[in-house]
Amino acid sequence: MSPVSRGFRGRSRSDAPRDRVPPGQYVTDDFPVLSAGPTPRTPLEEWTFTIAGEIDEPRRWTWDEFRALPGEQITKDIHCVTKWSKLDSEWEGVSVDTLLDGVDTEAEHVVAFCDGGYTTNLPLEDVTGGKAWVAFAYGDEPLDPEHGGPARLLVPHLYFWKSAKWVRGLTLRVDDEPGFWERYGYHNYGDPWREQRYWGD
Amino acid sequence: MEELDGNVAAGMLSEVFALELTAARGRCDGCGNVAALGEARAYVDSPGLVVRCRSCDSVLLVLVRGDGRYWLGVQGLAWLELAAP
Amino acid sequence: MAGAAVLGRLTWRLAEVADVAEETPRTRTLVLGVEGWSGHRAGQHVDIRLTAEDGYQAERSYSIASGPDDDRLELTVERIDDGEVSPYLVDEVRGGDTFELRGPIGGYFAWSPGDGGPLLLVGGGSGVVPLRSMLRARPDDVPAKLIYSARTHEDVIYRDELSALGDDVLLTLTREQRDGVRAGRVDADLLRDAAFAPAEDPRVFVCGPTSFVESVASALVELGHAPERIRTERFGPTGR
Repeated sequence: MSPVSRGFRGRSRSDAPRDRVPPGQYVTDDFPVLSAGPTPRTPLEEWTFTIAGEIDEPRRWTWDEFRALPGEQITKDIHCVTKWSKLDSEWEGVSVDTLLDGVDTEAEHVVAFCDGGYTTNLPLEDVTGGKAWVAFAYGDEPLDPEHGGPARLLVPHLYFWKSAKWVRGLTLRVDDEPGFWERYGYHNYGDPWREQRYWGD
Repeated sequence: MEELDGNVAAGMLSEVFALELTAARGRCDGCGNVAALGEARAYVDSPGLVVRCRSCDSVLLVLVRGDGRYWLGVQGLAWLELAAP
Repeated sequence: MAGAAVLGRLTWRLAEVADVAEETPRTRTLVLGVEGWSGHRAGQHVDIRLTAEDGYQAERSYSIASGPDDDRLELTVERIDDGEVSPYLVDEVRGGDTFELRGPIGGYFAWSPGDGGPLLLVGGGSGVVPLRSMLRARPDDVPAKLIYSARTHEDVIYRDELSALGDDVLLTLTREQRDGVRAGRVDADLLRDAAFAPAEDPRVFVCGPTSFVESVASALVELGHAPERIRTERFGPTGR
């Protein structure tokens, strides 16, 4: 047990009802920035979002086409594996259901791929049925590059490393393929309520 | 977001390595660049320590620490050169 | 060439604050007593770990400011606005406080007299901290030059100690015009004037914010310094 450092508070943390917050988490008002690499800066004129893989015809949207899709306001709690939870975070984005509308596929898995090379894998059923979005705004502002702008995946029911920053598309796959953190020791699924942080949990 | 260099990783690396690594030179398996780990790009505000080649950005080394276990990935390094103590 | 250091286990030790000293409005030196401290090489750093009452912990690294032969271990910390740890260390910590510390750490950005000189030290802002340790470690027969870039006169850390070194220290201010003090960034022109020439084959250490280190290191290479003679330590982006 480490000794307590008199007077040290650290980043703002608050108590929250335990049924609201998964085990082992601290609640914060901050929005810590965590990153495994440099912040990409893709100009919007070059940005596209693609659905590829197990699909008859890949789909692609330019930024303007993507922003013309119906969007939603989303208010959700988010949970980072580094123990931060942020309650009632507010986003705006396009539901992945909208992006996959009418798609016929044998795929059961998706891999999100991103500028900078980051990837993360999820079961297809975890990004459909109103559980996932491609978010382009946070609070009332366009999503900041350090938080994944222009757009990131948003999958609040799983640890936030699954909400891939700088997302550029989803590859539909018949079989699973671990993404970046999943390959480096993190859990393949990542349910905060079962505290599935690391491989083998 | 905060990009530092490999020097900041020295303490965490000392938890799993017996020899000091930031002065050790490594060859990037991606581009062949050879440099001391102290010169590499290091990301510590992260679910794990990520060390990237300064030349091509590919991942050299990852160290995840959690729960009484470590996961060390060194696939991005073709080799590390260490002088015997 | 020195062999790789065998670390032995770097354990967390208890550090007690013996004294605090204001250096500038934004920086403070902590004088520490550390149980079992075995000394350090100039340029090395320590990791410190703070624990809040609910068990929450934060870790940060700080360069050692004291010289290897000084009686006490000293750290000089700069307050980063909105920082999680530095405001606590600069504004709150007082004599008698304790926290965990491990070190000394670092085999790359470190210098001992046996490594030879001449020694060219280039520091931006709080990047001067490990360089001051190197200056304190330096025997009289090793020539050294420090080029130190600070924002304003009141941001200059260790002002008295450095001015006692006379022409071996070149100070430049980037946000203030002041009589008798050079103004402007550390660029190729300044380095060409003030640094050891490549032909003198200096050991070079550059420390400070990431953008400072990158531009200085590039300029030195363009002036003809061998990249393998230049060692760098980046402190992250300049405080906003």
